Amino acid sequence: MTIGLLTASYITSSVLFILALGGLSNQEKAKRAVWYGIVGMAIAVFATIYGNQVFFTEWLNWLIAAILVGSMIGAIVAKKVQMTGMPQLVAALHSFVGLAAVFIGINSAMLPHSDMNSTQYMIHNVEVFIGVFIGAITFTGSIVAFGKLSELITGKALILPGRHLLNLIMLFSCLALGYMFLNNEGNWTLIVMTLIAFVIGAHLVLAIGGADMPVVVSMLNSYSGWAAAATGFMLGNDLLIVTGALVGSSGAILSYIMCKAMNRKFLSVILGGWGDVTGPTMDIEGEMKPIDIESVAAALNDANKIIIVPGYGMAVAQAQSTVSELTSRLRAKNKEVRFGIHPVAGRLPGHMNVLLAEAKVPYDIVLEMEEINDDFPDTDVVMILGANDIVNPAAQEDPNSPIAGMPVLEVWKAKQVFISKRGQGKGYSGIENPLFFRENSRMVYGDAKKSLDTILQSIN
Amino acid sequence: MMIIGCPKEVFKGENRVALTPESAKQLQKLGYTCLLETGAGINANFSDKDYKNAKVKVVKDASELWKQSDIILKVRGPEKSELSKVKLNHHIISFIWPNQNKSLLEALKKKKVTVQAMDMIPRISRAQKMDALSSMANIAGYRAIIEAGNQFGRFFTGQITAAGKVPPAKILVIGAGVAGLAAIGTAQSMGAIIRAFDVRPEVAEQIESMGAEFLMLDFESDGTGEGGYAKPASKEFIKKEMELFRKQAPEIDIVITTALIPGMPAPKLWPKEMVELMKPGSVIVDLAAEQGGNCEVTVPNKIIETKNKVKVIGFTDLPSRMATQSSSLYSTNVRHMIDDLTPKKDGIPFTNMEDDVIRGATVLHGGKITFPPPKPKIVAIAKHETNKIKEKSSEEIAQDEIKAEKKAGKLQFLLLVVGALLTWFIGYYAPSDFMQHFIVFILSCFVGYQVIWNVSHSLHTPLMAVTNAISSIIIIGALLQMRTENDIVSILALISIFIATINIVGGFMVTKRMLSMFQRS
Repeated sequence: MTIGLLTASYITSSVLFILALGGLSNQEKAKRAVWYGIVGMAIAVFATIYGNQVFFTEWLNWLIAAILVGSMIGAIVAKKVQMTGMPQLVAALHSFVGLAAVFIGINSAMLPHSDMNSTQYMIHNVEVFIGVFIGAITFTGSIVAFGKLSELITGKALILPGRHLLNLIMLFSCLALGYMFLNNEGNWTLIVMTLIAFVIGAHLVLAIGGADMPVVVSMLNSYSGWAAAATGFMLGNDLLIVTGALVGSSGAILSYIMCKAMNRKFLSVILGGWGDVTGPTMDIEGEMKPIDIESVAAALNDANKIIIVPGYGMAVAQAQSTVSELTSRLRAKNKEVRFGIHPVAGRLPGHMNVLLAEAKVPYDIVLEMEEINDDFPDTDVVMILGANDIVNPAAQEDPNSPIAGMPVLEVWKAKQVFISKRGQGKGYSGIENPLFFRENSRMVYGDAKKSLDTILQSIN
Repeated sequence: MMIIGCPKEVFKGENRVALTPESAKQLQKLGYTCLLETGAGINANFSDKDYKNAKVKVVKDASELWKQSDIILKVRGPEKSELSKVKLNHHIISFIWPNQNKSLLEALKKKKVTVQAMDMIPRISRAQKMDALSSMANIAGYRAIIEAGNQFGRFFTGQITAAGKVPPAKILVIGAGVAGLAAIGTAQSMGAIIRAFDVRPEVAEQIESMGAEFLMLDFESDGTGEGGYAKPASKEFIKKEMELFRKQAPEIDIVITTALIPGMPAPKLWPKEMVELMKPGSVIVDLAAEQGGNCEVTVPNKIIETKNKVKVIGFTDLPSRMATQSSSLYSTNVRHMIDDLTPKKDGIPFTNMEDDVIRGATVLHGGKITFPPPKPKIVAIAKHETNKIKEKSSEEIAQDEIKAEKKAGKLQFLLLVVGALLTWFIGYYAPSDFMQHFIVFILSCFVGYQVIWNVSHSLHTPLMAVTNAISSIIIIGALLQMRTENDIVSILALISIFIATINIVGGFMVTKRMLSMFQRS
């Protein structure tokens, strides 16, 4: 295969990747778009193998084995994973890209580069260094995110004393090591920097609380892209650069959307902890009024317009299929049932949409916050399933609330609000929710799935 | 363990009872023993047998009951005939109206009685479950419509029948408190056309939510007083109000007036001239009859007919006319009160004067009159915001947009300048082959930026999975490093290939799986 053909293959792959991402603009196109991605990837891999005659390696058997076993594992994981476990899976997969970037970078440093002049060699080393640095942060950051999302480690933010100083010291040591690496002090500097970057990645994500996980996952998504782009520069491979840049900007935009949905600065999320609180928060008056399940069922039977607002609690309780069944029964009675999805509901951007889609809720009744927020005053019943901060009126009414200014679903404007909740606890942000104390709010305590199962029995 | 006793109401025509079999069961759970005077519940359709089944001891006469009980539950306050039966240190829970019944307080004070007045429960959300006034007002509002319907000679709902067209009844509800809203709800379900008026502008939403039309008064004043009740209105306000009513009176078939200002005689909102403007056959139900009436011609406890054939209903016992319902609601309110009075559930009431609700309701305690109570510590109902933020006109919004646009333009210009300088700086030092890659990189970033903004919100999770899969293109780097003499490099590259493959296959497959789930209805 000539260089020309190889480049042509890479161009085709790049175009297919762009189409794969662009196709996600709507659900129907998206099904085709994945195929573009798959074909693009296949072309790229085969062109590389043939174009560079990789099969002449002494490790051919091993190579084939790695690809076969890797494919099998990937296939099994993809089949087995539950939709509620998507955040963990995505985080885990990001760590792989990070680790691969680290290995490839170190490899590149170890290989001889006799064909380069001194400027080229210098630039190459900068690229190696940046690629390994980003890759290492992505690797440990993703592993910690995986641990937090699968609840292997606590979701609470770990706030070490002087953590910003610690990060700065580590960053400067990396820069110092980088200076030494560029001055040919030896590959050990690269290895030590990798280890420090591992610590930085883990520490960064450890300091971020569970509620901010959607931002963290999208940020790591972005990092994995930049790592790939840096590797592309290092190897002089445009396909890697294009793909890395696409993925990097995709993750960056998702992070931006998430931050905007929480009215938070990207930096304050990444560095952990809530922003400055300027004064005492408003006192909440009244009490939480519990209600029995029969009354909820009766209210749903009476209502004409119903909006369901799912949150992470629905995922935890695995209640999505019951929700779907409830929805179809209510719709069969000619009631208008819709879903209101907040951008940061769940632990992954778009997490709720995937869960509802899995449970066969038609996507045209699943609406975004901006699309549905004006409809709450006309709504008879709002059913909140394990969501808290995203329906907190304090965000609009209390300027001293830590979530002040965050766009929220204005559920309290509906005639009646039922909140399914496990207990009287606070949301992930640890803020009291005045919604629960409102006149038109009623609490349905207990596991969301069990409550809904009972409601289902009364609706036929 | 103390004994709770419920005597038969002695006031003539009072059918309600303060204890029901259901509430007795709950009170026993709090550690109390319950006593009942025989026949006390009979007018509310609760027989002695029902009470006995609920383990209530039924005693022969009132004197016996007052003697044996420590706590007395009543609907109406103790009458003169009952005062002699009151023991030292008795505990009484009932309606009292302490403002109007100073002498009753004095008499009870002598016996060192503790009294919780059910009409003095502060209006805060925590105390809603004990708010007997609201329970009774709800019933009164409902019954007012029923009574009106009884006197009104036509259907409420409009109908087109074979025998001709029937216009719907037009009802005006004045005062949208609990009673007013209940009346609106009832009339609404019977098919009438309802208009409602209230001096407090913030109740407009509640009125509209019940399906009535809110009659707007073009006047800059807010009639909301303390605790969400209305306060007296100014002269000019009343003038405007009368103009509005004068317009309505000839059209309206039924008027329900429910306007009350705490501690004052009822405002005369429907003077004689309004009554005279109404059509023959119209009905007025005056729920404020006991406080003097909102209508000038109301006679308490009577239905009168004016010369122009308008019927004016002045019943003051509407809740008592639905004794079963009102007794069960009232007894539940009382039961909640006792629940709060017995935090330890040991059958011994504790009048905690630090508790806002109990403090408010307690009018006599420890031999002292504790009325009126101090203001509650927490503000009950959010203050109505009068100075609303001025809404921006469309011009101002347009101007703001232009400003924002200019600002964004400046920022973009600045960024471009900085970016160009940075690129020149890199270009000055870097070799040309790097710059070629750099072009590709920058353009790809822009392409990515444009493409990703178009991605549907609901597909963000699939987007992450697919970007994750394609970021494994990094596998190419590892493949290129496979042909080398260095074993360490080969092994590391192999590992990279292995995990990248997991990523590629896993990422694409899981994306496919997710996308196949999305379906249209």
